[in-house]
Amino acid sequence: MLDLDFEIIGRTWKYLFFDGMAFTIELTLLAMAGGIIVGTMLALARLSSFTPVSALAGGYVNLIRSMPLVLVIFWFYFLVPYIGAWLIGSKNPLKIGAFTSSLVTFILFEAAYYCEIMRAGIQSIPRGQILAGYALGMHYWQTMRNVVLPQAFRNMIPVLLTQTIVLFQDVSLVYVLSITDFVGAADKVGRRDGRLVEMLLFVALVYFVMCTLLSGLVRRLQQRVAVIR
Amino acid sequence: MHFDWSIYLQLSPDGQHTYLQTILHGLGWTLATALSAWIIALLLGAIIGTIRTTPMAWAVRVGNTYVELFRNIPLLVQMFLWFFVLPELLPTAAGDRLKQLPNASFITAVVCLGFFTSARVAELVRAGILALPRGQRMAGTALGLTLPQTYCYVLLPMAIRIVIPPLTSEFLNIIKNSAVALTIGLVELTAAARSMQEFSFHVFEAFSAATVVYVLINIIVVNGMRVLENKLQVPGFISLGGGMSAGH
Repeated sequence: MLDLDFEIIGRTWKYLFFDGMAFTIELTLLAMAGGIIVGTMLALARLSSFTPVSALAGGYVNLIRSMPLVLVIFWFYFLVPYIGAWLIGSKNPLKIGAFTSSLVTFILFEAAYYCEIMRAGIQSIPRGQILAGYALGMHYWQTMRNVVLPQAFRNMIPVLLTQTIVLFQDVSLVYVLSITDFVGAADKVGRRDGRLVEMLLFVALVYFVMCTLLSGLVRRLQQRVAVIR
Repeated sequence: MHFDWSIYLQLSPDGQHTYLQTILHGLGWTLATALSAWIIALLLGAIIGTIRTTPMAWAVRVGNTYVELFRNIPLLVQMFLWFFVLPELLPTAAGDRLKQLPNASFITAVVCLGFFTSARVAELVRAGILALPRGQRMAGTALGLTLPQTYCYVLLPMAIRIVIPPLTSEFLNIIKNSAVALTIGLVELTAAARSMQEFSFHVFEAFSAATVVYVLINIIVVNGMRVLENKLQVPGFISLGGGMSAGH
């Protein structure tokens, strides 16, 4: 039986929150924004009547969804410098920081999940709405932007936010690249001072409180945005 | 960037197996972990999920807390809690025995994934039971069945069929989530690919192998479950299909 000493948290909480948690939250919010935008584009592509586009988007989404996030993190960690070099036409792989690399990874990974949510949202819009848009003389993009997507987005806000809570928890997996997110910071300090047990218990408590509060908020939001039909 | 696919047949640093064999070895650990954990998850999840639909308020509260606890802590942190924290919190003798277990990382991964997934299964089972028309429960009561009998003969048989499609994706999730066990030293599929990449420097070949295997597992499981779903279908009832939910 070990004697627990939580005094270490009093000494290190500034580092844990201002370095670790700040990284986690920043990555979560940016990946959410990027993921929803890319995911919505993917959803539109998947629903496209032009087969090559829908097949390509569907293939990407299914591929990403059948891989573990850890493997995707490894993949992109090595691929992103090459993709970057290819994008700007450079011969040598780019040097890319840990934050950018993991941001690209999470945007492209979560986009596959957000895509399925947005697709369900778009498909829940009655067909008549799209036809009405066309009847008013709008073209495809106008109909999507002004009629379909706002409703689909509104209907799916609770699910999108729940997925974001999942993303918030998933960010902890950047641990495999030795990046200092919240878990990474606690792990480093805990190992250095021989207080890993206290640190991990504290990390679990913080995540539990934050995620419980957030999912409670989502539940309340869900009741408020529900459209009565 | 150049590819050399013959790398799979070269000997890995252990001097006995080719890289292909080490990848397949990793696949074995992935499947063993996922399947063992799945048994725990199904049993616990079915019990907790059922409890959460009973009229006993205290039991519902216990079930809800259980689900919240395992859903609101990241899997990685849960892995660490089971692996690093639990042995320290137990009495010294028991803790030391845990640490000296021959397959500590495998056992920890199974227990951790089992509990983690059981909370998700519980959520699905609860939703499945609540999706049944109220009349079914009332009919059971009206026939003079006790509460356990109503569950056993009326509610659960239908609820199980409703939850099979979402359970399929949860089973795929447990296979994917087993990759997190590499952080506590289990050499499963992703870790095998990772070590192949580290020793051979063939990044793309190593990760492609793991990716192809994961995709194949996915295809096999999805098709297998579809067959099962059709076999179990009750004539006259179309499956309700899972609603849209977040998760991995």
